[in-house]
Amino acid sequence: MSVPVRHFDAVIVGAGGAGMRAALQLSEAGLKTAVLSKVFPTRSHTVAAQGGVSASLGNSEPDHWHWHMYDTVKGSDWLGDQDAIEFMCREAPKVVVELEHFGMPFDRNADGTIYQRPFGGHMSNFGEKPVRRACAAADRTGHAMLHALYQRNVRANTHFFVEWMALDLIRDAEGRVQGVVAMEMETSDIVVFQAKATLFATGGAGRIYASSTNAFINTGDGLGMAARAGIPLEDMEFWQFHPTGVAGAGVLITEGVRGEGGILRNAQGERFMERYAPNAKDLASRDVVSRAMVTEINEGRGCGPNKDHVLLDITHLDPEVIKSKLPGIREISIKFAGVDPIQAPIPVVPTCHYQMGGIPTNYKGEVVVPKDGDHKAVVPGFYAAGEVACASVHGANRLGTNSLLDLLVFGKSSANSMIEFIKSEPAELPELAMADVERSIARVKRLDEQKNGTNVHEARSAMQRVMQNHCGVFRFKDMLAEGVDKILEVEKMVKRCEIADKSKVFNTARVEALELENLIEVAKATMISANARTESRGAHVRDDAPDTPETPNGRDDKNWLKHTLWHRDGNRLEYKPVNLTPLTVETIALKTRSY
Amino acid sequence: MTTQTIQFRVYRYDPDKDAKPYMQDISVEVDSTDRKLLDALVKLKVKDETVSFRRSCREGVCGSDAMNINGKNGLACLTDLKDLKQPIELRPIPGLPVIRDLIVDMTQFFKQYHSIKPYVVNDTPPPEKERLQSPEDRKELDGLYECILCACCSTSCPSFWWNPDKFVGPAGLLAAYRFIADTRDTATNERLDNLEDPYRLFRCHTIMNCVDVCPKHLNPTRAIGKIKDLMVKRAV
Ligand SMILES: Cc1cc2nc3c(=O)[nH]c(=O)nc-3n(C[C@H](O)[C@H](O)[C@H](O)COP(=O)(O)OP(=O)(O)OC[C@H]3O[C@@H](n4cnc5c(N)ncnc54)[C@H](O)[C@@H]3O)c2cc1C
Ligand code: SF4
Ligand code: SF4
Ligand code: FES
Repeated sequence: MSVPVRHFDAVIVGAGGAGMRAALQLSEAGLKTAVLSKVFPTRSHTVAAQGGVSASLGNSEPDHWHWHMYDTVKGSDWLGDQDAIEFMCREAPKVVVELEHFGMPFDRNADGTIYQRPFGGHMSNFGEKPVRRACAAADRTGHAMLHALYQRNVRANTHFFVEWMALDLIRDAEGRVQGVVAMEMETSDIVVFQAKATLFATGGAGRIYASSTNAFINTGDGLGMAARAGIPLEDMEFWQFHPTGVAGAGVLITEGVRGEGGILRNAQGERFMERYAPNAKDLASRDVVSRAMVTEINEGRGCGPNKDHVLLDITHLDPEVIKSKLPGIREISIKFAGVDPIQAPIPVVPTCHYQMGGIPTNYKGEVVVPKDGDHKAVVPGFYAAGEVACASVHGANRLGTNSLLDLLVFGKSSANSMIEFIKSEPAELPELAMADVERSIARVKRLDEQKNGTNVHEARSAMQRVMQNHCGVFRFKDMLAEGVDKILEVEKMVKRCEIADKSKVFNTARVEALELENLIEVAKATMISANARTESRGAHVRDDAPDTPETPNGRDDKNWLKHTLWHRDGNRLEYKPVNLTPLTVETIALKTRSY
Repeated sequence: MTTQTIQFRVYRYDPDKDAKPYMQDISVEVDSTDRKLLDALVKLKVKDETVSFRRSCREGVCGSDAMNINGKNGLACLTDLKDLKQPIELRPIPGLPVIRDLIVDMTQFFKQYHSIKPYVVNDTPPPEKERLQSPEDRKELDGLYECILCACCSTSCPSFWWNPDKFVGPAGLLAAYRFIADTRDTATNERLDNLEDPYRLFRCHTIMNCVDVCPKHLNPTRAIGKIKDLMVKRAV
């Protein structure tokens, strides 16, 4: 079978914040770069980020990258790699200022500097008191950032392939990465993009869950492609559940609502957080609040006909405060919950929000996979950045606003690594390894020819239900074990999925079926990794991890201070050490996490 | 859970099998959690997976799902089902070539956006820190930078229908003014030169359709007026 092959220095899959930051670096270095995206670049889900991007600029009060680093390590429940975290926090002021130079319309302080707001977990002087570190453009920081990056790429003449879906990674016999197989959505044409260096910046995979703040397109394609090509996925048991997604819709309601005095209530109207967190109450950390909400629902005190949500109540607030401080939230509530929060409480549920794990990389954006006893061995030609990657800066729990920062820092550092690598490579591209190309084409062919198969929507719903019920906010030993069996059953359904639409023209049914093949890899990785990790840490909380002096809050550093690596092949698990050694400063020593 | 049947009349065209476009009558069951037109469309696609449209964020920020809904352009994800007269007539946004069903080829729209040099131009070497901008100057960008490039406006503008290759259109002109209004941008004169043309700017006859349909409540007409004012000021 012959497939057209196009040649580039670099191929980037993904045009969200991470992909476009990298693209800019490569285009400006004069390298021949192709950027593939399933959607027009400014439609990537970075556009939905609200709160801000962190950097210790200290525009309003003293701040320091070292304090930012401390907060990030603590937020990660010590699972983050301290070299990568130091790198990110040190680079933060630089990349944020650069973004301003690119044209980002940040809000401003009276003296003309970038406006910064307080955010959960951002403290000065190693956890002492809150500090303004989140650089913001209203409550549209992601939109402003994504558009500014796109605009700068227009200036740099970056070559975008819009509405091209990457299908599979191509590796040669030695495991070097050679590029991707991709499909033009408008025509269904399949083309090989061969390059010296390949970057995955495909974003999150929140759609493995039934309820998610993520866009429809966040289907973990990068993870699926990597897994099929034999790259293990790191720390996939760690998913951040945001306490307040609009029930049914999943749209995010920021923490700021509780900051203004919002109260969570159960079906009896009780302010239940008083029982779970007597001091911080509704403003306890994300994992604590989410867990409490789920307990209420599980014990039958949920609201609504299905008793499946709780209420976020701000009816006691002055309507003027709501209108001036929370106008966007009021709009979301009216539009997506059908209630004006001035008059009635908002139905909310903990909602899958962010994936801390991903493709294992180092802080230079190089993908690393254990080889011959070296757990830091680099996969030549392969890079990952953004939500799809695990550097690991977020560890077991991400700090708010650190993701947009991650995109800028690692988008840039991975591109710099690529530039160096491309220059060191011979001018001629090596011979294309056909095995992976053929495997990819066979996958699409199987889908097109499947008869009497499973319906895509049914299989996807089954997967989402299993994930939601068996691997949610609060995890139970038996449910996890059962979840593993169930998700492997769903996998069988996915393998037999069939589409009725055989058109070659913009076939979104085919796209959705191919996306599901990626989602299921992510779901398996998550369930199997979660089932194996018998402690509680950050976002991964189990009922059978006892709170003892040796294992405070169920965290078991003696046995579990390590990263999970899930291999698709045989669902094998392997572990590697957490890097507790920063680049230049001293280790931030293990402590029990409390706020 | 209460269910309800929604009647649709949808523009269908798959060049792979249809000789020409047609309107299809089709209905779908929704439940009380399906508030938005997009929710119903997602259900419709479960029923008939060949119905094709773009969507992503489902919260009105990505600009993917612009369509012509009962004769008016809008985003499916922000449009309330209960406000729509049935059968709900859905067509692709007008004036651009149709690829399939509700999916149009946006090339011309983006070409016009690109033609206004949509990026801050400032050739002075950047300072160590951020370029300073007062809160008042920053405020000038409000109502301009929030555009999501959905094309609801340009594809409801008669001047854009007639001259999509020559008239920049409301979205592009709004973007042009976004950079003119930015105190960090030093290319105002070049930007005005670029628009000083019988078509690029002056095809706008203040018909205001654009303002009427913008799902982000932006006002391209006002931005266009401001550009025109600057041209006049510059001329004297
Ligand atoms: C509602 C919401 C609010 C948030 N708010 C904040 C915040 O305030 N601060 C913060 O720091 N973080 C926030 N986050 C998290 C943060 O926004 C995301 O983690 C981040 O934007 C992800 O960026 P990315 O570049 O990795 O991926 P994305 O922006 O998701 O981009 C992925 C890109 O990959 C492309 N792609 C995917 N698969 C393929 C394929 N197979 N072929 C071709 N292209 C493909 C897509 O088209 C897209 O261009 C928020 C997240 C959500 C959901
Ligand atoms: S006001 Fe101008 S740009 Fe807007 S619709 Fe009318 S002619 Fe078009
Ligand atoms: S101005 Fe409004 S209608 Fe026009 S593209 Fe921008 S957001 Fe859409
Ligand atoms: S789906 Fe993103 S704007 Fe409607």
